Amino acid sequence: METSRDDFVIAIRSAFLKKGTQQRFSLLGLIFFSIIFLILGSLNFKVINYVKLSINEIVYRSSFIVSGPENFIKENYIVVKNHINLYKENEKNKSELDNLRGKDLLNEFIISENRRLKNIVDDYLVKSDAVFAKVLSDKGSPFLKSIIINKGSKHGLNLGMIAMDEEYLVGKVVEVNYLSSRVLLLSDLNSKIPVIIEPNEVFSILSGTGKNYGVIQYSKKYEDIKSESIIYTSGAGSLFKAGMPVGKIIKNEFNEVKDGLPLNKIKVEFYSDFSQLRFVEIFSFTKKEAE
Amino acid sequence: MTELTNKKFFKKLLSQIPLILLFISVLNNHDFNYLGLKFFSFNFSYILIFYYSLKRSESLGYIYIFIAGLFNDVVIGTPIGLTSLMYLILCGAAAYLRNITLRPSLFKDCIFFLITILIINSLLFISLNFIFNYELNYFDQIINVIYTFLLYFLFSNLFDFFENYLVGRANVR
Repeated sequence: METSRDDFVIAIRSAFLKKGTQQRFSLLGLIFFSIIFLILGSLNFKVINYVKLSINEIVYRSSFIVSGPENFIKENYIVVKNHINLYKENEKNKSELDNLRGKDLLNEFIISENRRLKNIVDDYLVKSDAVFAKVLSDKGSPFLKSIIINKGSKHGLNLGMIAMDEEYLVGKVVEVNYLSSRVLLLSDLNSKIPVIIEPNEVFSILSGTGKNYGVIQYSKKYEDIKSESIIYTSGAGSLFKAGMPVGKIIKNEFNEVKDGLPLNKIKVEFYSDFSQLRFVEIFSFTKKEAE
Repeated sequence: MTELTNKKFFKKLLSQIPLILLFISVLNNHDFNYLGLKFFSFNFSYILIFYYSLKRSESLGYIYIFIAGLFNDVVIGTPIGLTSLMYLILCGAAAYLRNITLRPSLFKDCIFFLITILIINSLLFISLNFIFNYELNYFDQIINVIYTFLLYFLFSNLFDFFENYLVGRANVR
């Protein structure tokens, strides 16, 4: 018994303390070093932050270059897939376009009326100068759904700014380096934004799932949420401007409510396809000065 | 003479392939998400590090593994130093297995690998969830562990073939 314990200790000691051939550091030393790194990093230690910023800049650029071949395959795969679905999509788009043309005229009138009314109640937000950024890499890791963009503090980016793909909200800036930044996508598990579901004006929180859809959480009127309802930002918490389109409720026949709670998760399909982002527009909103 | 130098250079380059693969895999973060496969993800870096720490410990230096971990943290956005710690624990487990094994077999290696990645992923899950307040999907983690374990058989044979026939290094275990 004693011998087997000795063997175990010897094996462990040899594995963690002995420097192997061509190893300059012992394993235990490096393990301690990474723990120290981790602790100081979580305490926002200045030196670690500078090291992190420098690594970020190097890694984001290198990651963009290294991801090149895989991105090439990915893009071609998507092109082929799109070609296969082209005819079907064209037919669908044609009928949708006819519908939208009619609605567009009405919308223009409503937008100008809304702007006028919001100005009166001092709730009209103005957009800061927008920065267009290229997506360096999109990491759909099991940990984070985020994108790295090629603009940073040098270009006026700040934490909390929002990222848009054309008219659709895609996420917010959670990390700013000098020449690059990270945008946390709405599909990330840690993303939670206040939304309003129309029609019926249901206030709720939209949460990411780590997949390519979101779920509706913490609502008081689940029974008022219907299939294909549109999700907009509610503007609560002053982070996002109200009324930015985010997605729609996935057509789901199981959206039944019992005792005020849904039997199944209410899934949201995002308008923007996060896996195909190439450029995003970054900006923030501020209240318009009184005239 | 030139031919000899070229051969030497080519051999040197081949011997550095594992290291290049490690850095490509952490910078690229292969996930095959674009294929739209719902339940498919695996951690190539875990397979590579475990295999080379177990069978050819001279190929990947611990310091490079540590740096690769830092890079991976930056790429996927986890607290810096966490992946390095997990990679080094994986190296430690592989080194321990190397020390206690008299008659190596792929099956035993795989079982030990499975236990190790289960422990590592548990540690990762606990630290990210409870210490750093990251929300993780437990089911995704399990899928990742299962595929990483299953693909170890395949990659282990591929690496064996690469080392024995292309690099020409004998198995040191």
